[in-house]
Amino acid sequence: MAILVLAENDSTGVKPATLNAVAAAKEIGGDIHVLVAGGGADEAAKIDDVAKVLSADDAAYANRLAEPLAALIVSIAGGYDYIVAPATTSGKNVMPRVAALLDVAQISDIVKVVSGDTFVRPIYAGNALATVQSSDAKKVITVRTTAFPAVGMSGSAPVEAVAAAGDPGLSSFVGAELSKSERPELTSARVVVSGGRGMQSGDNFHLLDKIADKLGAAVGASRAAVDAGFVPNDYQVGQTGKIVAPELYIAVGISGAIQHLAGMKDSKVIVAINKDEEAPIFQVADYGLVADLFKALPELEAELSK
Amino acid sequence: MKVLVPVKRVVDYNVKIRVKADNTGVDLANVKMSMNPFDEISVEEAIRLKEAGKATEVVVVSIGPAQAAETIRTALAMGADRGILIKTDEEVQPLAVAKLLKGVVDEEQPGLVIVGKQAIDDDSNQTGQMLSALLGWGQATFASKVVIGDGSAEVTREVDGGLETLSLKLPAIVTSDLRLNEPRYASLPNIMKAKKKPLAEKAPADYGVDIAPRLKTLKVEEPPKRSAGIKVPDVATLVEKLKTEAGVL
Repeated sequence: MAILVLAENDSTGVKPATLNAVAAAKEIGGDIHVLVAGGGADEAAKIDDVAKVLSADDAAYANRLAEPLAALIVSIAGGYDYIVAPATTSGKNVMPRVAALLDVAQISDIVKVVSGDTFVRPIYAGNALATVQSSDAKKVITVRTTAFPAVGMSGSAPVEAVAAAGDPGLSSFVGAELSKSERPELTSARVVVSGGRGMQSGDNFHLLDKIADKLGAAVGASRAAVDAGFVPNDYQVGQTGKIVAPELYIAVGISGAIQHLAGMKDSKVIVAINKDEEAPIFQVADYGLVADLFKALPELEAELSK
Repeated sequence: MKVLVPVKRVVDYNVKIRVKADNTGVDLANVKMSMNPFDEISVEEAIRLKEAGKATEVVVVSIGPAQAAETIRTALAMGADRGILIKTDEEVQPLAVAKLLKGVVDEEQPGLVIVGKQAIDDDSNQTGQMLSALLGWGQATFASKVVIGDGSAEVTREVDGGLETLSLKLPAIVTSDLRLNEPRYASLPNIMKAKKKPLAEKAPADYGVDIAPRLKTLKVEEPPKRSAGIKVPDVATLVEKLKTEAGVL
């Protein structure tokens, strides 16, 4: 059995989500090949348990446009029983396109491998877990990264070049406004500090920044805080935003809507700070502090400085 | 330009769902059903394009049981022009949905299809991308802004790192994300008017599509429950507990 894992990468290297996808592939079992489109193959070669890295270093893949990337994957899909990608925005964008071109169903966002054809995936914002069995010969899968602990980076797989599959020219990249941050990525941070509507303004997020600096944490937000324009969209934790499962999740001024809980309830330890003691977030929090966040956050910062 | 918008009837987003005792699925009996929120955003976007003179007609299509007609009526009350119901009581998975929609696109020849990025029941996030593959069209998923130009569309997308903007050749597929717009409420007069708008009824067989599921659901379970922990009186106690009890600081 051969498994193709689509790396999450840019020209500088592979992103951590790739390591979670390889971990899921390992559980499926078989020869794991990692496809790196658009540079960064040398780093991918270090990923543990990988038999071979396929590098399609072509300008067509620089911006991970769905149409050329899907065409590339389909061009080499013949040799594989499984095609696996992390369920990042890039993976979610391209993999259903691959599945349709191959005329197979996609199994989205798996959290567990039961057997070679059976997987568990969350439905209804994680309020139910479905065990599904695929009848397709070839399986196209996206992986919920938080459910599979990352493999290491101490391998040395051979790198093989693969030919580009051309660009159908259906879309083109215009530009990007990417958030710049010195902090760890939300989805792989050990600690996440998130703010909700209770933060009252974007400026007040600096209170969270200070805590995050002390803890080496990433900063996230609820949908309400993003919708209110306090912080950019890439901060959003939830059903349709980012799914996180850090060791410590600190929810500040977040009420705890179902769709937010869907994005963080697998965190190891959850702390909630909210002035409303009836807030649903307290129902999932290991430690709850009923307090005014504008008083509690400076205190917390001081306490962490001790 | 005609705009096609698929809409799905799903459990209302406010409903706390219950898994059936026999683990065969989620209990849908006597549960409030509504239009998938992302589809509502898609309908709104299409209507705004029409209001701005960029679109000439907004057609909505739903695949599902007879009651899915209500979901179509909701879209018509918002301002869509006509509806198509592909009636079936079977489970239709994203690949089959995409194939049926391709059939509709072949007949209707829209210049743009706006699809919700995911349905909040199965959370698959596949249909738009699959439809785009079957048609050989360009795609822009997770859209937060759509600007229609001459034969092209500029779409801003919500991605993991922030925002990116693509230019798509039309016809194309756009999938809508939360912040694309805020859908309107239908007014009572418009709800009344919607009852007279045309709604065609079709069957999957009309499009020659085999809708048999490729994924078999073996069981549906409740996730492990997370129980509430303790309340701490002050920040000092919180930090103390995180250090000694939880060991995460």
